Amino acid sequence: MTSLLLLVSCISVSIGVLDVNLSAMASGNLDQIEILLVSRLPRLLAVLCTGAGMSVAGLIMQQLCRNKFVSPTTSATISSAQLGLLLAILVFPQATLKEKTFFAFTMSIAGTYVFVLFMQRLKCKDIIMVPLVGIMFGNALGGITSFLAYKYNLMQAMNSFLVGDFSLVLKGNYEIVFLILPLLVIAFSFANHFNIVGLGEDFAKNLGVPYTVVLFGGLSIAALITASVVVTIGTIPYLGLVVPNLITILKGDKLKNSLIDTALFGALFVLICDIVGRLVIFPYEIPVNLIVGVIGSVVFLGIIFWKLSSHVPSVHTRSAQTTTKGGCGCDQ
Amino acid sequence: MKIQGLKKAYHREVVVDDVSFEIPEGKVLSLIGPNGAGKSTVMNIISRLLPLDDGKILFQGKELHQWKRQELAKKLAILTQSNHIAMKLSVWDLVAFGRFPYSGNHLTVEDTKMIQQAIDYMELGDLAHKFIDELSGGQRQRAYIAMVIAQDTDYVLLDEPTNNLDIYHATNMMKMVRRLCDELNKTVVLVLHDINYAAFYSDYICAFVDGKIAKFGTVEEVMNKKTLSDIYHVEFEIMNVANKPLSVYY
Repeated sequence: MTSLLLLVSCISVSIGVLDVNLSAMASGNLDQIEILLVSRLPRLLAVLCTGAGMSVAGLIMQQLCRNKFVSPTTSATISSAQLGLLLAILVFPQATLKEKTFFAFTMSIAGTYVFVLFMQRLKCKDIIMVPLVGIMFGNALGGITSFLAYKYNLMQAMNSFLVGDFSLVLKGNYEIVFLILPLLVIAFSFANHFNIVGLGEDFAKNLGVPYTVVLFGGLSIAALITASVVVTIGTIPYLGLVVPNLITILKGDKLKNSLIDTALFGALFVLICDIVGRLVIFPYEIPVNLIVGVIGSVVFLGIIFWKLSSHVPSVHTRSAQTTTKGGCGCDQ
Repeated sequence: MKIQGLKKAYHREVVVDDVSFEIPEGKVLSLIGPNGAGKSTVMNIISRLLPLDDGKILFQGKELHQWKRQELAKKLAILTQSNHIAMKLSVWDLVAFGRFPYSGNHLTVEDTKMIQQAIDYMELGDLAHKFIDELSGGQRQRAYIAMVIAQDTDYVLLDEPTNNLDIYHATNMMKMVRRLCDELNKTVVLVLHDINYAAFYSDYICAFVDGKIAKFGTVEEVMNKKTLSDIYHVEFEIMNVANKPLSVYY
């Protein structure tokens, strides 16, 4: 997977309106090197960080909430980050990236906490109830965001973070996504903690793991990753849902085994979607969230059918059936 | 472990009222009693899953809440009933979590050896790389016990370990409990509904009624017509089978 990722990365760098090729760079063509450093490479790095980050965020949330349909999209994390961004623009009309990031971070963490605390209070924790409530909560927040945007004439600003788009990534305006890297390292070093918490509160206590601390610590990591992406790239739905599910089907739920694969595959997936988006109507571009949405929903349906036809008894069939319902719920 | 004046109430309804007893070291103790008598609550409190309202629990000379999480996890293990985990985790990985209090994220050679021993002890060798959601109820319960063995604690607390198991698997589970005590020198505390399992496989029985201890004693002391009738309010006959007092109730 790593070598495939490297190969596709090279292809990604060479695509664009202006020709970039190795031989010209080697012969010391400064213009070409500048294109590479200012636009192509930042774009590549942003794509890789986004893909890896959003996928791992989804994986952590699914593990901690013990529900395969929880993800930044279905638990109000993305919506809260968007609301945070809009509030930043409202409060500081000349908001710098730092202020926007701070607001998005705070709101995404707060929104996710509220959602999870609410779900903990809820007696009936049906596998499909949880993401449905998350989607409703997210839409409610989205409504508030839209209302504020209409009222204060900020629709245009809002569109920039509703749509996930790598075409505006340039040196100097995307570096916040690098925050994802240390967050991924932290996530990896606490992989077993997340697994144990995912096995339940009693289980965690028995092994001396502080349940609440790890639960909310992990959720915070996922929320921070999500917010970093929303601030710089915008919204990319489905990613945190589809990629972790695909990988855990193949690799199982042991995070130590699946985390790196999830990150690599997520990066590869977004990279390919980005390349497709750049080539379809070349030299123009289709925003990456559209491509991810189209491919993502097809893959999502594939997962549902795969789970339906898999002959693993009771638990699986049951969750597969509820999956079908979940799909309908998401579409509405 | 010494339990003194334990009290617990939910919304002003007292479920455990002034319970005091001492858990005999290196023996099997069964907690029995009718539904709602407070035995599971007591179990959850002494295993630090539930906070107590009043009273004192002394564990190896130190109050339970003063223990560090991680240190306690090396001394006292609890298995609850809520084990229906739909997770694709291999048996080996589950048992490996038993070593978590010792080595955290990095298993040592010693840990690997302990994990393998625990798996062999529970005869799970063939299943080691199966996912736990593919196992039958009895196999899964064995995998959990293997994890507790890998955790290598002095105390093992089991909350209704025979629940949802058929006669064959339940009886094997009880034999396993006996081996944990006899071969591995562990102190085992169980919550049981089946009093005959309690009578046949434990050394001591503690019977609860209405949040209080009705009787604490050796199996012979508790297993008699009058005591059992007082606890369960049904007729009992005691028979002697294989030198153990077993009961028939009707």
